[in-house]
Amino acid sequence: MAVDRDTVIRVARLARIKVPEGDLDTLAGELSNIIGWVEQLDEVDTAGVDPMTSVADMKLRWRADEVTDGGIRDRVTANAPDPQHGMFSVPKVIE
Amino acid sequence: MTALTDFTIAEARDALESGAVSARDLAEAHIAAMEAARNLNAFITETPDRALADADASDARRAKGEALGALDGIPLAIKDLFCTEGVMTTAASHILEGFVPPYESTVSGNLRAAGSVMLGKTNLDEFAMGSSNETSYFGNVENPWRRDGDNRPLVPGGSSGGAAAAVSGRLCLGATGTDTGGSIRQPAAFCGIVGMKPTYGRCSRWGVVAFASSLDQAGPMTRTVRDAAILLGGMAGFDPKDSTSTDMAVPDFEAALDGGVKGLRVGIPAEYAVDGMNPEIAALWDQGKAWLEDAGAELVDISLPHTKYALPAYYIIAPAEASSNLARYDGVRYGHREDGADLTELYENTRAAGFGTEVRRRILIGTYVLSAGYYDAYYLRPRRSVP
Repeated sequence: MAVDRDTVIRVARLARIKVPEGDLDTLAGELSNIIGWVEQLDEVDTAGVDPMTSVADMKLRWRADEVTDGGIRDRVTANAPDPQHGMFSVPKVIE
Repeated sequence: MTALTDFTIAEARDALESGAVSARDLAEAHIAAMEAARNLNAFITETPDRALADADASDARRAKGEALGALDGIPLAIKDLFCTEGVMTTAASHILEGFVPPYESTVSGNLRAAGSVMLGKTNLDEFAMGSSNETSYFGNVENPWRRDGDNRPLVPGGSSGGAAAAVSGRLCLGATGTDTGGSIRQPAAFCGIVGMKPTYGRCSRWGVVAFASSLDQAGPMTRTVRDAAILLGGMAGFDPKDSTSTDMAVPDFEAALDGGVKGLRVGIPAEYAVDGMNPEIAALWDQGKAWLEDAGAELVDISLPHTKYALPAYYIIAPAEASSNLARYDGVRYGHREDGADLTELYENTRAAGFGTEVRRRILIGTYVLSAGYYDAYYLRPRRSVP
């Protein structure tokens, strides 16, 4: 299935990446090529095969639901581009 | 005496033990080598002060007769995908430029606890997405090798290209790499060193910048097989902070080298001899088989019929997981930020400016295959295709 220009716009919006107008056609071509090439997987008979989640046979462990650290607010926000009063900041979202 | 930068890890360990060299000698020799080889662009961040402090601490432990780690005094380089407390960690991306982790990855922490000396953080393809180390925001890495009679630069492979170039170019005794779809093994081959991807779960992924979580695995890059065994021993181990970490004792990998490959049955997949293979590569493949047989291994012809589907499956699974993992780079909590009129525009502008072309392409592919209507066809099918 070919990826068209409108699909690139929609996917870029979902991915929250601004794509310049001039890149749309190039990206549509590149994405179409990749998807087209991947479609050779349709040759494989996968009826009755469970999707594999890991090459190693492992079960996810359980752990106690308890607090293991905390009280490190300043370290958590130390890398924020625009920290304010010990908090992360974003543009106003509610008028 | 062997030049200090020509030591293997095993030789350096012996020389430290006998007192022939100090950790500081080793650190100084490698810092000088690192500075003299900046044309390779193997490092994003050099940490010479940290290396000297680590080395002095190691020498002090040894002088006092304190307990020593398996890698005490050994100078190593760390791929810039492992978070290192207080040392900038970028994943070779503009979006993480200036990010200084307040925590240490489990693998680099294990190596620290084993007494090793950190020389710096090595260059890589952006977010480990690439096979030639040409997608790094911090520039290409050069392979220390050249063709016979030809001085044009060669790529080191990728994504662990800086690590491979640093080990091969004698800038460190060993380096950590990570491998999702070949990112240790392929640059190791390009640079003529040893690299291996351990079994998934053997090395903790905690604190390693995530690319495709079901495939990402850290591993050693060294100049000998023995060194790979020693380094892997220092990296590996169960970690409760990684839910996919294997809760099994770490064997003595170095002791397991005894006896070599004698008596091992080694499968030779028919599908790996592809049509039109370069005769030089085909000859190397045959040479490899001959070496194995000479060393006492038994070669067995086998067939892996799904080999040709591995790459297309990877091209879906890896970008799909990456698109999810890289959603965290939002310009709010850490990393680069571009302003916007509203929150959505801040995200879109930040991510457009912060990600390179290859990363953007893979996020878009991943977002596409995971989006409504395509999940079954494009994400579940590949996971059924490669048993």
